[in-house]
Amino acid sequence: MAEELKLYGTWVSPFSRRVELALKLKGIPYEYIEEDLHNKSPDLIKYNPIHQKVPVLVHNGKPIVESLVILEYIDETWKNNPILPQDPYQRALARFWAKFIEEKILPLAMKVTNSEEKEKEKVVVEMFQLMKVLEGELNGKDFFGGESIGYVDIVATIIAVWFQVTQEVIGVKIVSEEKFPVLFKWIEKLKSIDVVKECIPPRDKHITYVKARIEAALLKSAPN
Amino acid sequence: MGEEVILLDFWPSMFRMRVRIALAEKGVKYEYRDEDLLKGGKSRYLLQVNPAHKKIPVLIHNGKPISKSSIIVQYINEVWNDKAPLLPSNPYERAQARVWTDYIDKKVYDAGRKLWTTTGEEQEAAKKDFFEIFKTLEGQLGGEPYFGEENLGYVDVYLIPYYCWFHAYETMANISMEGECPKLVAWAKRCAQKKSVSESLVDEKKISGFVLK
Repeated sequence: MAEELKLYGTWVSPFSRRVELALKLKGIPYEYIEEDLHNKSPDLIKYNPIHQKVPVLVHNGKPIVESLVILEYIDETWKNNPILPQDPYQRALARFWAKFIEEKILPLAMKVTNSEEKEKEKVVVEMFQLMKVLEGELNGKDFFGGESIGYVDIVATIIAVWFQVTQEVIGVKIVSEEKFPVLFKWIEKLKSIDVVKECIPPRDKHITYVKARIEAALLKSAPN
Repeated sequence: MGEEVILLDFWPSMFRMRVRIALAEKGVKYEYRDEDLLKGGKSRYLLQVNPAHKKIPVLIHNGKPISKSSIIVQYINEVWNDKAPLLPSNPYERAQARVWTDYIDKKVYDAGRKLWTTTGEEQEAAKKDFFEIFKTLEGQLGGEPYFGEENLGYVDVYLIPYYCWFHAYETMANISMEGECPKLVAWAKRCAQKKSVSESLVDEKKISGFVLK
């Protein structure tokens, strides 16, 4: 039976781009469908009725949602170039760090963007603490995955790329070379990898997009 | 092979019940240490092994610590893989199981909490939300005895600790779990008949007592 693999995503979603990165790392051919989230396709609604979000990976007609779940599915289905470690303990650690990023770092990053000036400082300090913990995990390695990128690196591209863009737009620097030299180096190494470059939004377009979103949010919350 | 398995936790934690059920299903012997986090008695050991997360439960296997119940349960499943597989062998079905545990993680605890932290109209909305979530989960059962189909699986282990909270939910919000989700309650009772579950669940009256404090 011919394999049919479709990925529904958007050019700017770090969650759908990380799935693309995994697919490209493994050299898996797929059809990409760009979604307009203001005008969701009937397919997206059919394949992800509960959340109607991207990414959705559809493999031979069967949908898988949630980017972390999709990453594990890809690794379990196409066993070449593994992105998760083979050892159960190392795998547990990789899953832990991915969850740490998703459940601790990301919500706090959103708070940095959305909070009032006086609260911002406090939130930024909290962010520094979390980022220090994450940086500690690199511990002399080139990547979280060791000599080459793995699951945690893929999940952390949101920090390497998306955070940088938002921080530039709102004028708050979290990952500076002075404060986080190890993490900074990791970001440079990650961004120099060809396949990673293919899965990053074009910088100018990205900056314009984030600016527009933040302005729209400010307008919404502005007093009448 | 000498195995040393230590479980650090605190009794009303429903998350740790999952780990206890998984260990019991696999027949793993372990040592249990009670960490009363509410009393501020965080042991040095806990902070040493879990500095990033500072949350329980923590499983320590041959000196190596792992935290977060979803990660621990998957680890237990992968290491003690000789019996009682908790996850399906098929990657697609495994993905579905992970999606549902993710759903449970994101939705159930908060929805439950809102039942006793809100009143009036807010509480009515919370009740509606709460049952929508449980009915969605109930729908996933289909006609099977367990989420894991023939046997207890990852999603069953993940959800069943909430069974001991049903009494608290019903008391605090004046609702009937059986009235709204009979299939789910039947599932819960079925799970509770298993030794691994009945020995790991906390008595529901203790939970209600704890909540009312």
